Amino acid sequence: MNLWNKLMCYSRRHSPWLFHMNGGSCNGCDIELIASLTPRYDAEQLGVRLEGSPRHADILCITGPVTHNAVNAIKTVYDQVCGPKAVVAIGSCPATTNVFIDSRTLDGPLNRHVPVDVFVPGCPPRPDAIIQGVAKAAEILAERASKKLPIAPVVMPLVGPGCNGACSCAAITETKNEEVQA
Amino acid sequence: MNLFLELQTALARLLIFPGLLFAVPAAWFFLWVERKAVARMQGRIGPPFMQPFFDFIKLLGKSTPPRIGIAGLLMRAWPLIAVSAAAGAVGLLPVLPASGGFQGDLILLLALLELPSMCIIAAGFSSGSIFGEIGSAREAVLSVSYNIVFLLAILSIAASQHTFSLQALAQLPSSPLRWLGIVAILVCLPAKLHLNPFSLPNAEQEIYSGPMTEYAGPELAMWELSHGLEWVAATGLVATLIAPAFTLWWVAALVFVALSFGLVLLLSVVAAATARLQIDTTVRFYWQCTLIFAVLAVASALFMRFRA
Repeated sequence: MNLWNKLMCYSRRHSPWLFHMNGGSCNGCDIELIASLTPRYDAEQLGVRLEGSPRHADILCITGPVTHNAVNAIKTVYDQVCGPKAVVAIGSCPATTNVFIDSRTLDGPLNRHVPVDVFVPGCPPRPDAIIQGVAKAAEILAERASKKLPIAPVVMPLVGPGCNGACSCAAITETKNEEVQA
Repeated sequence: MNLFLELQTALARLLIFPGLLFAVPAAWFFLWVERKAVARMQGRIGPPFMQPFFDFIKLLGKSTPPRIGIAGLLMRAWPLIAVSAAAGAVGLLPVLPASGGFQGDLILLLALLELPSMCIIAAGFSSGSIFGEIGSAREAVLSVSYNIVFLLAILSIAASQHTFSLQALAQLPSSPLRWLGIVAILVCLPAKLHLNPFSLPNAEQEIYSGPMTEYAGPELAMWELSHGLEWVAATGLVATLIAPAFTLWWVAALVFVALSFGLVLLLSVVAAATARLQIDTTVRFYWQCTLIFAVLAVASALFMRFRA
């Protein structure tokens, strides 16, 4: 039985399937997420597959500062992903709402609505940073599924220039998962 | 005693070679070869060797959404039926010399090869997802189109030799008619295995995952496995038709594996090099361009029968 658990843990770490969701993003991070699957970065070496259906996915990749329109969609899709699952917030927007802070069209940051496991800062983050974040999320997912760990978000280090200067990457380090509203 | 021996051979074929014990690892290996070949064609490195196995184990450990009522029961049943049909089809392949078989096992093989595709159609409709229904409708149209050519090609080979036994077909000397049939079957394989340019039913980026959209966890794992077993069965069928008859069993087995591997590589390279066609173009391709192969094959089969 223990051997089976070890094999399951190993398989979960080596086969993260992603579902990509745009929560009102400017499309910058979405381009970088797709770039991480292209020949230069080739995330498939880690077993990453971009899936069309949230039912197939293990890791939910959310970009954008979470607009009012996106909130219900994000919650629905989060519920559609079958467990064990993890959430990666890509870019500075889902973490702090970035340059859109205090906008009346926003209902962010993301961790007010769903528990986030990994924040990948940057505006936009580099594809290598996104791959690193996904790998970290796969590790968290495998550990949590076997040991029932509490959810504590991990903030990945900034890779490369990353930031356009207007955002608040430093503030991301203070992010915690708030009480998720039902 | 004779019956017992026959039963033993049949069980060995179904469970060991070319059945489950060989076919399941071969299915994962072929799925890996497909992904790796596509990656290499795109200038990527591609997934590690054990990737389909890890995917399978991971999917077994995931939860599934609650499925209620008869539709839910059916949704759970379709992938299991598909896997058992594909595994049975692999078990019927006449790989080893003098491995038994019976008159008419060709018809059973064709039925078993068709069953996974029927299950996919039913699965899409019973899932109730709009994308699943579109995918199922496409699969149904596609299977009507390629099956005419596929069945005519195989039946013409069989009819020219007055036999429906796979063992007898596999040991035939090669003839122009046989090669015509093999070419016609090869043209149908991309559609049967949902590969580009005929990957319409599970058109990713277009209708999400088609009939598989609502499937999750162990059910999806079974679909992946049945897809892999379909690879083994479909390429294996062509491999047994191409391979000359050997008397040594290990030479026959090695040639079978090598030929199947070559076919998987060929189909994957074609899939990576082409883009998806529209449904009407696909149907026109099979009804207008490929049917000529099948008609030629049937005509020459009839000719051979009258001459004999």
